[in-house]
Amino acid sequence: MREFSREEIDSVLDLAASLETHARGKKSDILAGKSLALLFFEPSTRTRMSFETAMKRLGGSVINLGPAEGSSISKGESLADTVRVIGGYADAIVIRHPKEGSARLASEFSPVPVLNAGDGAGHHPTQTLLDLYTIRKESRLEDLSIALVGDLKYGRTVHSLAYALSLYGADITLVSPPTLRMPEPIKADLFSKGTVVRETCDLGEVINEVDVLYMTRIQRERFPDPVEYSKVARSYRITPESLMGAKRNLIIMHPLPRVDEIAPSVDETPHARYFQQSFYGVPVRMALLKMLIGGGA
Amino acid sequence: MVENGQREEPRELRVKPIRNGTVIDHIAGGQALNVLKILGIAGATDATVSVVMNVESGKLGKKDIVKVEDRELKEEEVNRIALIAPAATINIIRDYEVVEKSRVDLPEEIVGVVRCQNPSCISNTSEPIRSRMRVKAKNPVLLRCIYCEQPLTDKIADYLI
Repeated sequence: MREFSREEIDSVLDLAASLETHARGKKSDILAGKSLALLFFEPSTRTRMSFETAMKRLGGSVINLGPAEGSSISKGESLADTVRVIGGYADAIVIRHPKEGSARLASEFSPVPVLNAGDGAGHHPTQTLLDLYTIRKESRLEDLSIALVGDLKYGRTVHSLAYALSLYGADITLVSPPTLRMPEPIKADLFSKGTVVRETCDLGEVINEVDVLYMTRIQRERFPDPVEYSKVARSYRITPESLMGAKRNLIIMHPLPRVDEIAPSVDETPHARYFQQSFYGVPVRMALLKMLIGGGA
Repeated sequence: MVENGQREEPRELRVKPIRNGTVIDHIAGGQALNVLKILGIAGATDATVSVVMNVESGKLGKKDIVKVEDRELKEEEVNRIALIAPAATINIIRDYEVVEKSRVDLPEEIVGVVRCQNPSCISNTSEPIRSRMRVKAKNPVLLRCIYCEQPLTDKIADYLI
């Protein structure tokens, strides 16, 4: 996401907005005759399915790598060779791979455009774009006050999102346990762009002040002590009661899957937007596919 | 020994002047062997190479000097040593005369010299690629892996390939 300008992001979001009716099922043949290859070397449900939906709803077709076991990859083929071969079968490649920087490598060798659907702990730019689309649609990107909550150390989505929000001058509050704070180089990067960044461990301190609560999952395996984990997990759990003093138009987002950090009863409140957020992955990925293989915006 | 018990500085040069070749001067003290590594002359080589380490320097306190005989190093191969020796100067010698003198200057991208410190980076696998680092700042040196975008600032010498 570091290489995206605000103008480039805006043009993706504008195109996504114009394609949303197709994402909801209106027939389209914009990408008829085009083929998209899905190369997922790691498990994924929503990202893979939403790319597949995006391509098919635009009239295109999808070819799937399938499980890596039994394929040429299990015989030791390099990623470079794999994308060179698959690039001959399709008009674009979507890749998810456990190694950081793998999408960049793939783009160097592939004869067709490559979309990064997550490279290890590195980047997941289409998630960031759909997050921005959700914020723009359900709240606002200008003069935004947002709290990023949970695992800010390992969570790749929040790193990319914080960086992108800095392009819009957002006021960002980082809420995490001390051991899962956002890494210093990322904070320094945000400061250098003039972004206002506050840091706290106390979710209650900010919940009534922000326009967007962006929740992330705190993983049990990050804590050697299970007692400590359950204490921390409890203190970062959103319930209808904890939202009593929140702004009327507060929205709650989550990249999903959630575990305990948002109580199911929050789903019924007017604040919940995580399922819409998940759906917006389809128009955003449609926009990217159209830009890359359908003849631009 | 002189009267006050201190050792007298020897006046003769530690290494004799070279007739033709390259002299790299003002290398930060202790970094000469890493400089040779970057230049690719650390292992078996036919070149006559002289290394002087930790001599007094007004500018650096202690400095190293490397002399490579009968080889004029090209600018792009020499510039890479700015990674660990940013103050180094390059002297091209012909018939005992300095015919060219220049300072090292890091290029915008360093290819195949420093590996990424991130063990999960695709550049640290058996893929058919060379490490590529973008130079984000020169003093102090800040590199960023072109693949995983991990920065590298400290202990760059530890990551020389």
